[in-house]
Amino acid sequence: MANTTQPAADLSSAQTVKQIQDERLKEVSVLTKIMRRPELGALAGLVLVTIFFVSTADASMFTLAGIMNILSPAAQLGILAIAAALLMIGGEFDLSIGSMVAFAGLVFGAFITLSGWPLLLAIAATFVVASVLGGLNGQMVIRTRLPSFIVTLAFLFILRGLSLVGLKWATGGSTQMRGIGDTAGEGLIRELFSGVAFEGLFAWLAAHDVIAKFPNGVPTVTGVPVSIVWFALFALAATWVLLRTRVGNWIFAAGGDPNAARNSGVPVDRVKTGLFMLTACAAALVAILTVLDAGSTDARRGFQKEFEAIIAAVIGGCLLTGGYGSAIGAFFGAIIFGMVSIGLTYTRFDSDWFQVFLGAMLLLAVLFNNFIRRKVTGER
Amino acid sequence: MDQDIPLIEVRKLVKHFGSVIALSGVSLSVHRGEVMCLLGDNGAGKSTLIKTLAGVHRPTSGDFLVEGQPVAFTSPRDALDAGIATVYQDLAMIPLMSVTRNFFMGREPVKGVWPFRHVDFDHCDAVTREEMHKIGIDVRDPHQAVGTLSGGERQCVAIARAVYFGAKVLILDEPTSALGVAQTSMVLKYIHQVRQKGLGVIFITHNVRHAYAVGDRFTVLNRGKTLGTYRKSEIAIDELQNLMAGGKELQAVSEELGGMV
Repeated sequence: MANTTQPAADLSSAQTVKQIQDERLKEVSVLTKIMRRPELGALAGLVLVTIFFVSTADASMFTLAGIMNILSPAAQLGILAIAAALLMIGGEFDLSIGSMVAFAGLVFGAFITLSGWPLLLAIAATFVVASVLGGLNGQMVIRTRLPSFIVTLAFLFILRGLSLVGLKWATGGSTQMRGIGDTAGEGLIRELFSGVAFEGLFAWLAAHDVIAKFPNGVPTVTGVPVSIVWFALFALAATWVLLRTRVGNWIFAAGGDPNAARNSGVPVDRVKTGLFMLTACAAALVAILTVLDAGSTDARRGFQKEFEAIIAAVIGGCLLTGGYGSAIGAFFGAIIFGMVSIGLTYTRFDSDWFQVFLGAMLLLAVLFNNFIRRKVTGER
Repeated sequence: MDQDIPLIEVRKLVKHFGSVIALSGVSLSVHRGEVMCLLGDNGAGKSTLIKTLAGVHRPTSGDFLVEGQPVAFTSPRDALDAGIATVYQDLAMIPLMSVTRNFFMGREPVKGVWPFRHVDFDHCDAVTREEMHKIGIDVRDPHQAVGTLSGGERQCVAIARAVYFGAKVLILDEPTSALGVAQTSMVLKYIHQVRQKGLGVIFITHNVRHAYAVGDRFTVLNRGKTLGTYRKSEIAIDELQNLMAGGKELQAVSEELGGMV
């Protein structure tokens, strides 16, 4: 192996490398470097959307409370979108994540209310169930060699149907399961998955008049909803994994060309199965967060979230063909989503423009991504 | 180690796919510092033979020796571990990924402790730049996508990758078939360099001229069988051509067209 050369040789080669580096780095323009980032489009989109709302919306949209309002739906979608982005980079789709949110919500609710399990156990078990279902999705796609689009489309309906049937069976005819929040109890685990974080900080900031407060001294925003914290942490972790780790390289490789990756010793099937498990677990996380927040679950949870997640991932720079994209891009994509869906209510526009805007944004993003890809790879 | 023991030797290799007989008795060997050209027309069984040597297929019968020891690979990984690296026609390169990421794909060096274990990309970039420099490819920036390299450059990167990761035997699957003249000579030159390093090279091609330019020995494969192995001194280029095409017919066509095909 070449790593076992003599130290002396290492030193001299390191020097030549340094020289080459210095001499050549100048030739790469800053523009090319920026263009090479897949999340460029999403960032530019976010800036444009922000400018649009700053100039048209009521000023209250960009207060602390307004921003939390935007970020809350963005966070729920974003957790799904980041996982969907990783899976798309890995070359597959998962259309069942929306239904998985409902199903995981039911499973979680049943563990709490019917089985009476403690919260930690119920959460762990929900993730296990989600992983198994995600793994099943992945194995079906890999073994049958069918497009994941079809396999997960089937699961979209199967899981949605199971959620309805299961809810009716568990509640004796209702499509809603109540009382989960009360049964779950309080405690540290509960605080990790519901309510707000950084309350101390926000109280301190209010006391020092940095942020708005009510006359009685309580800040108008008591903290950051935990879903936003999960969203941000997940985005950071996913970005780091994608760009800095071995698994990240394998995800790009598996999506770029599975055969080439396999021939180079990348465990493509394991990577893909793992990604399907990850999307399912992301759906389970969203289910747990929303169920604990609302205290109940119903069969329509996560409805059409699969499409929104894929749209956010595409806005974030993912190619539909796989092998290219970004996790932090999906993060920005989800924030754009939250900003537009909530933001329109702060403007004089009818909020139903949201859908029009969404479609246009998607189309623009796809065109932009294709242009960038040709630019980056020199494809002709 | 004994110079006379071939790096790879196969004897009477047979491979069936159900009722299809892909290989029916192939024998060949490759030594250190030697370019062994495997010639054969389409359907001769070249791909099956390569994939068998690379550990993708398991032979139905026959002997497969690596440095004199019988082996039975169960996966491409086994072959790689034994020092047999295969550069396929599609190069196992991903156009959208950077040169560095492609170079280290599947063998990324990591540092740090779990869960903070990560790929040492600075080291990877430096190695990639240095290896590219050695073979005279102007990679301005190791972060540039492989899609931006020319076909010949990609081929050389793929070979350099195999050499860097300690291959003893290189199997090159038609490395020049899709290349222009200048790029072909670039690849042939690099194959010559690799030979001088003491590696064994199995160079698969159906272009006799490319084979004759760098080959030391030539094995001709036809309908799943080896027709024989010849040293360069034992065979002329047009004899080789005829042997490969199965003799008479091509000769006739060639005369009809008034020259060499």
